[in-house]
Amino acid sequence: MFYREAGDFKTSYTADSQTFPIKFDRYRYYVVLAVAFGIIPFIINDYWANALLLPFLIYAIAAIGLNILVGYCGQVSLGTGGFMAVGAYACYKLMTAFPDVSMFIHVLLAGGITAIVGVLFGLPSLRIKGFYLAVATLAAQFFLVWLFNRVPWFYNYSASGQINAPERDVFGIIITGPNAPAWATYLFCLIFVTFCAIIARNLTRGTTGRTWMAIRDMDIAAEIIGVNPLKAKLTAFAVSSFFVGIAGALFFAVYLGAVEVGEVFGIQKSFLVLFMVIIGGLGSIFGSFAGAAFLVLLPVVLKVVGVDVLGWPTDIVAHLNLVIVGALIIMFLILEPHGLAQLWRVAKEKLRLWPFPH
Amino acid sequence: MLDNSEGYVTEDGRKIGGVVMEMKNITLRFGGVVAIKDISFDIREGEIRAIIGPNGAGKSSMLNVISGFYVPQEGEVWFHGSKRPLMRPFEVAQQGIARTFQNIALFEGMSVLDNVMTGRLGYMKTNIFQQALWKGKAETEETENREAVEKIIDFLEIQHIRKTPVSRLPYGLKKRVELARALAAEPKLLLLDEPMAGMNVEEKEDMSRFVLDVNDEFGTTIALIEHDMGVVMDLSDRVVVMDYGKKIGDGTPDEVRNNQEVIDAYLGVSHD
Repeated sequence: MFYREAGDFKTSYTADSQTFPIKFDRYRYYVVLAVAFGIIPFIINDYWANALLLPFLIYAIAAIGLNILVGYCGQVSLGTGGFMAVGAYACYKLMTAFPDVSMFIHVLLAGGITAIVGVLFGLPSLRIKGFYLAVATLAAQFFLVWLFNRVPWFYNYSASGQINAPERDVFGIIITGPNAPAWATYLFCLIFVTFCAIIARNLTRGTTGRTWMAIRDMDIAAEIIGVNPLKAKLTAFAVSSFFVGIAGALFFAVYLGAVEVGEVFGIQKSFLVLFMVIIGGLGSIFGSFAGAAFLVLLPVVLKVVGVDVLGWPTDIVAHLNLVIVGALIIMFLILEPHGLAQLWRVAKEKLRLWPFPH
Repeated sequence: MLDNSEGYVTEDGRKIGGVVMEMKNITLRFGGVVAIKDISFDIREGEIRAIIGPNGAGKSSMLNVISGFYVPQEGEVWFHGSKRPLMRPFEVAQQGIARTFQNIALFEGMSVLDNVMTGRLGYMKTNIFQQALWKGKAETEETENREAVEKIIDFLEIQHIRKTPVSRLPYGLKKRVELARALAAEPKLLLLDEPMAGMNVEEKEDMSRFVLDVNDEFGTTIALIEHDMGVVMDLSDRVVVMDYGKKIGDGTPDEVRNNQEVIDAYLGVSHD
């Protein structure tokens, strides 16, 4: 009743293959964009930006990246944290070496550098699959963190071994550093999220996406009907790492401002992003957003409910968070392997017919 | 009659052209097991060529050699008049050889339309940056190929399921989608590995009709493996019979039917 596709006829293949073929979905998307770009920047404050919106946007990019690799191409990766670190350190080196260049270019270049590193660590995927590949990417995770810890050139020989984001601006508006206004950092991240989501969607609905999914569903058959497995897997690693690198650069430069690599981009980060992808939905762009929103929101909601309302000790609430996330992962893997995105699809199917289910 | 390089005319009046693919003295071993032993045969343009034989005769291995999945230890594969160098299966596919599989090998997580579109990979020329941009070349290419795919979807009468995920389809329809995916490549040579396995009579009749229609309408050369003798004898122009990796017969269905060695292989022979 509320959600209808009746009377929404397509007269061309172009119209049929658009991102939101159903009118209602399309308008909802425009409304979300309008609110995100037109309203939220005017009402945002530091708390909302730092506690919710920035981590949500940045994790959404990382989740889209990982989803392309795991959900679309079926190559399991536990190296997300390491690749985010590559993005962060690349961005840091670029920011300090070329202070006058726009941050947009730095972040994109950081993504590009991560893509190259991702392809390098993706090479084993041509020989190994599944758990063994996961272990190979795990090696990438530990190696990269070790590298950024041990080679002083990466942190410009600073005494603390940390990297700190210097103050940089875009068109005169400060984006990084402690003086950056909340709305500017938010908009900066939002632009990248929109850019990444559109690219991811374009790639996954077209030829590249079909070759990825063919490799995921049955790699031998894919090769026999003409998919070049080398190209398919390495483009997946490249695109995935590009997004993850952008996320890492933003996480460091815009969100945190200062990073100690082992703490921020450790193995926990890899798992966190992987959980987002699993809970959100493998093989779904929307799922990446849903998973990121869920895992960013959960600790905040728990803290508000547990600590502020019920008065529980902080550490119990923090542990409760871990318990709930763990339980949810197991639940999703058993009950709904396609995650929140699938729940959303089912809800839409139901809404199409509501209130007359037959 | 068959060594005439100009081709021949079938009983129902179809003209068969020159040799498209020639297998020369193929031998394929897995360790000590000889799966195919010194087999030679050819496939001519526009014909329906059947490969038959009892279980374990090496028919599927033969198809896998043709599609480049197995590399024979000895022998040469000639395609369109030139010897095929060592190449990966996807390169063979790009040369214009498409196939279906004995156990359906569709991409379960994708819709029927996406599965069939995957068959047209060889016609996708845009690079990843153009595709990321979508507007422009990539969109035009997608639309053009979609039109070609829709023709095949029409042809095989699967319009009603084009947006359905393959995992939800029944067996018979999956077989048809797989044929659609192979056809989408507009192959020069179409390999069908037991296209009618596990089907009931009605589905077999449908499938046979599609195979004949494909051959008739697109002029596609077809090589197929099948166990149902009635189907094979009715469909094919020439038949290769294999047993224990050796070729024991080659010729028109009538010739093969009356070949004593073939009868022995199928009915068994007393060892005295």
